[in-house]
Amino acid sequence: MTIETREARQPWILLSPSLVAITLLLVIPLLFIVVYSFWLRTATGADQAGFFLDNWNEALTDAFYRDILLYTLKIAAITTVACALLGYPAAYFIARSKGNKALLLLLLMLPFWISYIIRTMSWINILGVSGAINSILISLGIISEPIQMLYNQVTIVLGLVHFLLPFMILNIYVSLEGIDVTLEDAACSLGATRWQSFLEVTLPLSIAGLAAGGLLCFVLAAGTYITPVILGGPSDAMFANLVFEAIITQLDWPLGSALSLMLLAVLGALVLVYNHFLGMGQLMKGLGK
Amino acid sequence: MNRNGQKSSAAFRKATKSLPLPAILTMAGLLHLLPGRLFVSVVSLNNIVKRFGAFTAVHRMSLDMPEGSFITLLGPSGCGKTTTLRMIAGLLDPTEGDITIGGQRVNDVPIHKRNLGIVFQNYALFPHKTIAQNIAFGLKYRGVSKEESARRVRDALDLVQLPDVGDRYPAQLSGGQQQRIALARAIIIEPDVLLLDEPLSALDANLREDMRIELKRIQQQTGITTVFVTHDQSEALAMSDLVVVMSDGRVEQVGPPEEVYNKPASEFIARFLGTSNILAATCKEVTGDELLMEVEGLGPVALPKDQTRNIKPAEQCKIVIRAEKLHLASPGTPRDGRHAVEGDVETVDYQGQAARYFLRLGDLQLQAINMIEDSPFSKGERVSIRFRPEDCVILAGVPS
Repeated sequence: MTIETREARQPWILLSPSLVAITLLLVIPLLFIVVYSFWLRTATGADQAGFFLDNWNEALTDAFYRDILLYTLKIAAITTVACALLGYPAAYFIARSKGNKALLLLLLMLPFWISYIIRTMSWINILGVSGAINSILISLGIISEPIQMLYNQVTIVLGLVHFLLPFMILNIYVSLEGIDVTLEDAACSLGATRWQSFLEVTLPLSIAGLAAGGLLCFVLAAGTYITPVILGGPSDAMFANLVFEAIITQLDWPLGSALSLMLLAVLGALVLVYNHFLGMGQLMKGLGK
Repeated sequence: MNRNGQKSSAAFRKATKSLPLPAILTMAGLLHLLPGRLFVSVVSLNNIVKRFGAFTAVHRMSLDMPEGSFITLLGPSGCGKTTTLRMIAGLLDPTEGDITIGGQRVNDVPIHKRNLGIVFQNYALFPHKTIAQNIAFGLKYRGVSKEESARRVRDALDLVQLPDVGDRYPAQLSGGQQQRIALARAIIIEPDVLLLDEPLSALDANLREDMRIELKRIQQQTGITTVFVTHDQSEALAMSDLVVVMSDGRVEQVGPPEEVYNKPASEFIARFLGTSNILAATCKEVTGDELLMEVEGLGPVALPKDQTRNIKPAEQCKIVIRAEKLHLASPGTPRDGRHAVEGDVETVDYQGQAARYFLRLGDLQLQAINMIEDSPFSKGERVSIRFRPEDCVILAGVPS
C-alpha cells in the first residue's frame, strides 16, 4: 500500500465507528419513520402497510397543525433572540475577563450537572402559586391572593432560555476568544469610541458565533417537548407535543411519523437557508472549528 | 535639541522633494506652526509611576520628546518600556505623574481623543475589512469626505509603496506588507505622535532590516514625532535620534545613539549594548588632567579626567572598554601611542568580515572584536592587546 492510499483511507478509518453508529441509530430508524409515514392506521388499530398519502395530506392541510407549527417557530424565535441578547454580554464578559476564565466557564457548565427536567421543574417552585415569589409577596403584604404566573407562553420562553442560554454563551465566547483584543485598541486609537469599536470590529467578527449559537438555540427550542409539558398551559402545545400525542397517546404511528418529518423538513430548510447566507464553514468556526 | 531641529528641517526639505503635491500642501499647512513649535517637546512624561498591585512597573520616569524626533525606548523584556508606551497611548493610566501631549495634560483624555497613531506588534489589522477600509478607518471619525478619504488612502498606499493592494484583505498580504499597511493606517490620520510597539519583531531577520530603513524613511518624510519600543539594540541604534535605555522600570540613560553606545552611563548599559569588557579598577592618583588607575589585568593606566565623574584616590571603580576598541596586533609592532598588554587567544569566533576573540590574561578573560584584513589570529597565538585610554569609560562602584 502506498503512503498516498493509506493517507486517503485514514479519515475513513477514523470516521467509521461514528459512521456505523449514525447509520444504525439515526439513518435506519429515520428511514423506518419515512416508511411509516406512508402507512395507514385502520379502525382496528393495526397499521396497514402501503403507500398512502392520507397522513401527509392531513399534516399539510389541517390548519390545526399549521398553527401549532407557526406557534412553535414563534416561541423558538423569541427564545433565540432572548438568548442572544442575554448571552452576548455574558460571553463578552467571560472572554475579556483576566485570570478566572476557567472558573467562569465551569460556572457556565454547572447547570448541565442537574437534569434538564429538574431545572425546568424548579421554576414551579419559584413562580408557582405557593412558590418563592408569591410567598414573599404575600408575607410582605403586597398581595393577598397568589398571582398565577405559571403555565403560559412566557414561562415556556423562560424555561427554554434557562436551558439554552449556556449553548448561546459558549458559541459566542468561542468566537470572541478568537478575536485579537488589540483590534479594539487599534480602533480606539484611530478615533472610535469603545462602543463604536465594538460595533465596527468586535461584533462583525463574532457574528459567526452569534449565528451558530442562534441556529443551535432555534433548532433545540423548536424541537422541545419537555418545557411546554411542564411549564406550558393547555393551549401552549408545541410541535413535538403533537408528535408525542399522535404516537404515544393515540398510537397513530403513521400520522406521528408524517408530523415529525414535517418538523424535520422545516428545521432542515432553515439550516440550508442559514448555510446559504453564512456558509457551513462559518457555523463550524462558531462551534470552535 | 538643536541637532534634532536641524535634522527635522533637513528631513522636511528632503521630504518635500519626493512627496506628491497634496502631501506637500498638507505639510505646508503645518509649516506655519513649526517655527514656534520646532523645539517644543511634543510628549512629556513628568514623574510618571505605574504600579500593578505591589509591583512597580515604572518608577518616577520623566522624559521630554522633541517634536519630529524618533525616540526609542530600549530595554530587555519587563523593563517597563511597553508599559510606558501604553500609558502615552492611553491604554493604561499612570498611577502617579502627568503625561502631556502638545502641552496639554492627557491623563484624563481617553485614547480615541488623543490623536495618536499606534502600530501594534501583531499589526492589529481588521481582518474583515479590505486594506483600503483598514487605512480609511480613522478618517471616518474625523469627518473626512468619501472622495478626500479615497485620495488620502491612495497617497498613504503610495507612501508605503504598496499602491495596488487596496481591494485585498489583510490575510492575503505577507507579514511585511501588513506591517506597512498598519503604518499607513496610523499615519493617515496625521497623528501628533506615532507609537510603535515592537513593530519589527514579528518579521524575519532580512525583512526586519529592510523595514527598519523603510520605517525611518517614512518617519523622516512625514516628520511625525515617533516613539518606538524595542528590545533590539541594533534597531534602536540604527533608527533613533534619541535612545532611552530602560531597566527594571527605570531610565538608565537618555542620549543620541552614539553617546549611549560609546559612553554607557551604567554597567547595565555597557553589558546590554554591544560587547564590553568591564574591569575592576582602583584610583591611585589624581593629577591635573589625568587619573592614574590600577586596572585589573592591565596594570597602571593613565586616563583622561574630563569625561569621568569625581573620583578620589583609593576609590574603587570599574572601567568599561568596548570589545571593538581593543585592537589586536602581533607583539613587537608599533603601538601608535596605545596602551598595550600581552595575552593569548583562547577562542576565535569567526564572523566573516570580523572576528570575536576571547583573550586570556592570567585570571582575566577579555573579549575583542576586530575587522579582519587578511586572516584572523588563531587560537593559542600570543597577541598584543591595545587600546586608547580615551576609549575607556569609568563608572563608579565595583563590577557586579
